[in-house]
Amino acid sequence: MSSHADESGKKMGMWLFLYTEIILFGGLFVLYAVYFSRYTSDFIEGGKGLSLIFGVVNTIILLISSFAVAAAITAIQRGQKKIVLSAIAGCLGCGAIFLVNKYFEWGHKIALGIYPNSDRLLDGPDGLNMFFGLYYIITGLHGLHIVIGMTFLAVSFGFVLVGRVTAKRFALLENAGLYWHLVDLIWIFIFPLFYLVV
Amino acid sequence: MDFEKSFFETPSSARLTGIWSWLLTTDHKRIGLMYLFATGFWFLLAVLLGGLLRLELMFPGQTLLSSHLYNSIFTLHGVIMIFLFIIPALPAVFGNFFLPMQIGTDDVFFPKLNLMSWYLYMLGGVIAIFSLFSDGFPDTGWTFYVPFSISTNTNVSTAVFAAFVLGFASMLTGLNFITTIHRMRHPKMGWLQIPLFTWSLYATSWVQLLATPIISVTLVLVMVERYFNVGLFDPARGGGPILYQHLFWMYSHPAVYIMILPGMGVISEIIPVFARKSIFGYKAIVASSMAIAVAGSLVWAHHMYTSGMSDTAVFVFSFLTFVVAIPSAIKVFSWVATLYKGAIEMTPPLFLSLCFIYLFSVGGLTGLVLGGAGTDIHVHDTHFVVSHFHFTMFGGTGFAFFAALHYWWPKMFGRMYNFKWAYIASVLVTGGFIFHYVPMFILGLQGMPRRYYDYLPQYANGNFMAGFGGLFMIVGIFMMMTNLILSLKRERNAPADPWGGVTLEWMTPSPPPLHNFTGEPEVLDYPYDFSKVIEKFARKPKES
Amino acid sequence: MENKDHIFAYKTLFYVLLVLLILTSITVGISLVDMGKLNVWLALGIASVKASLVLMVFMHLKFEGRVLIISFLSTIFFLAIMIGFTFWDIGFR
Repeated sequence: MSSHADESGKKMGMWLFLYTEIILFGGLFVLYAVYFSRYTSDFIEGGKGLSLIFGVVNTIILLISSFAVAAAITAIQRGQKKIVLSAIAGCLGCGAIFLVNKYFEWGHKIALGIYPNSDRLLDGPDGLNMFFGLYYIITGLHGLHIVIGMTFLAVSFGFVLVGRVTAKRFALLENAGLYWHLVDLIWIFIFPLFYLVV
Repeated sequence: MDFEKSFFETPSSARLTGIWSWLLTTDHKRIGLMYLFATGFWFLLAVLLGGLLRLELMFPGQTLLSSHLYNSIFTLHGVIMIFLFIIPALPAVFGNFFLPMQIGTDDVFFPKLNLMSWYLYMLGGVIAIFSLFSDGFPDTGWTFYVPFSISTNTNVSTAVFAAFVLGFASMLTGLNFITTIHRMRHPKMGWLQIPLFTWSLYATSWVQLLATPIISVTLVLVMVERYFNVGLFDPARGGGPILYQHLFWMYSHPAVYIMILPGMGVISEIIPVFARKSIFGYKAIVASSMAIAVAGSLVWAHHMYTSGMSDTAVFVFSFLTFVVAIPSAIKVFSWVATLYKGAIEMTPPLFLSLCFIYLFSVGGLTGLVLGGAGTDIHVHDTHFVVSHFHFTMFGGTGFAFFAALHYWWPKMFGRMYNFKWAYIASVLVTGGFIFHYVPMFILGLQGMPRRYYDYLPQYANGNFMAGFGGLFMIVGIFMMMTNLILSLKRERNAPADPWGGVTLEWMTPSPPPLHNFTGEPEVLDYPYDFSKVIEKFARKPKES
Repeated sequence: MENKDHIFAYKTLFYVLLVLLILTSITVGISLVDMGKLNVWLALGIASVKASLVLMVFMHLKFEGRVLIISFLSTIFFLAIMIGFTFWDIGFR
């Protein structure tokens, strides 16, 4: 009757949690869909105002980090502890670079006077206000998830280091990995919706 | 006498003692009871607040509450009743206690997460209380509609944050239950041998899991709007206020099924036991639970017929609303058909279940009046709506909660309560309920709007009647609770199976031992096979 | 029920990463050509393919039991309902 050895049950719990995250962002995508259909031309103009380079670089970084996490799972299953640790460390590094990029990107926009309730947005067309409002909310919430995911991975890193996550019991690492992939998945949709609407 | 070994005497982590053996426990039964006390407290508080509102409305003009206070109190009444009582009441109290027992296991899958959900729930309650004393509780109604929720000076941010935290608790409970049902069922229990209460919790959990995040993000948006003023719902800045309503009801309509589905599950447990007859249409009830969970998620905009959304949407959502009525009706027919030609034993839980069927049917049928787009425009936002949702939420879920309390009380505490007082209280609550809410149907049809602290003179009689009925109802509720609490002074001698139930929770001593079962529980091929019970229980169940 | 011991070779994972990067460059390339509404659908289509790859390979969904696959699809279905049904209102106002 004891549940403590049921690793795939723990994974199922994590998947269920990921569903809630999908729906959480889903609510914002509802808003995006509606405002996009209402202000298509403003959204296209807003998309041109975002830096494609930042978007592409961040996409590549997240894809690589996802690969690193997936490799970490393979490594833990094979018992290659060093590879696990370096893969997680690489992933954490990618997350950090992503956040730094985001910081510069946001900073640049704010310097241009584009931020919620700014005069420039209030005086401009309604659609642009909606576009940048959603941009800040969605990428902000996504950034928050990056931070949570990094924390989760950092905890797993510690557990691998002290040997509490091993080839036989790696549900914690696997769940942290699943969470990280989800963050990547959401970015895969954020990227075209904001940076590629041209 | 093996009651020394019940879960009351064995802390779940053996080193815990005193109050810590409760506050740090991971035993699903203790957590269930902690939920019971917390939800019970909030319920009685919100009942009294509701009583205050009706007292104010009993006589025309301002009598007891100022308009401002009235607005805050009806908001508080709604927020407490919905987020702190109805949503957690059945799943978190009885689900926690009985779901693992019904599927023959010793705990939920994530016991620590379960405890954390309880703390989140308590934290949400504390934050809600805190918002009372900071800038005043919101006066927006529990729906927090924009633009008022963004512009009002009361402390909306704190209150929506409370609801956000409570949503998290509810979501994690759902997650826990789904995993438990999938991974921890007794090896001999197949999907179609799961008791109906557990089935209803399974359907509920999915709705909790997939709908709650929507309200989380919506409430976050309300906070974002209040702090950063993005204008997502402000038409002057390009936003659409109706979109807030869409997002809000995308959760809140499925949420009414979070509230009622476990209630239906409770009734599906009680009726066959006291009819001494297998439930009519087990598979149909299972299927209708799942159908309600799915179809209930497709109809949210029927709360918005008068909001200014498109006529096409009104038409589509009205049609879908009528579709949802079908699975609910299947259940009502199944319960009645179960009673037909059964060997009925009248007991307080059965009595309350019968009241449930009647009141819930009235609530459901008046729901069709509101679901029809044409009729809804006449009664939208009137007391008709107030009466309708109290019939379903209170007459439905509330009575199912009472019935569950009376049904499982001997199992939870090992003591039988006084039947006579239970009956008297139930009659008072039901009679008071009818006198309380039926006048509101009439008031609503006459055009009295909801959420006003005063009214035109022609509505005086109806409001007086309603207030009078409400008084009986409140007295009845307190009598019922007192009767149950007084039973705790009795000797702990309830038998393992006082009613003749056949689901697994009755196969173990009352109250159950720490690991729920003394031996390996025997799973019946069919969960409602009463042939053995009929032989054993040729006599009436004993009170004490 | 599910194959718990499935291990992806590093090589497979790396190839998937390559495909993901190629798809990213394709979607950026397409976005530079103006095709009106078609741009949006193409971008979302490619994003869905990328997402499926991450799900199937990186997240091992391919090897999970039926329960997870069905429930994942249901989640996406509900998301589609939420967005789609809102347009009963928005599309006809």
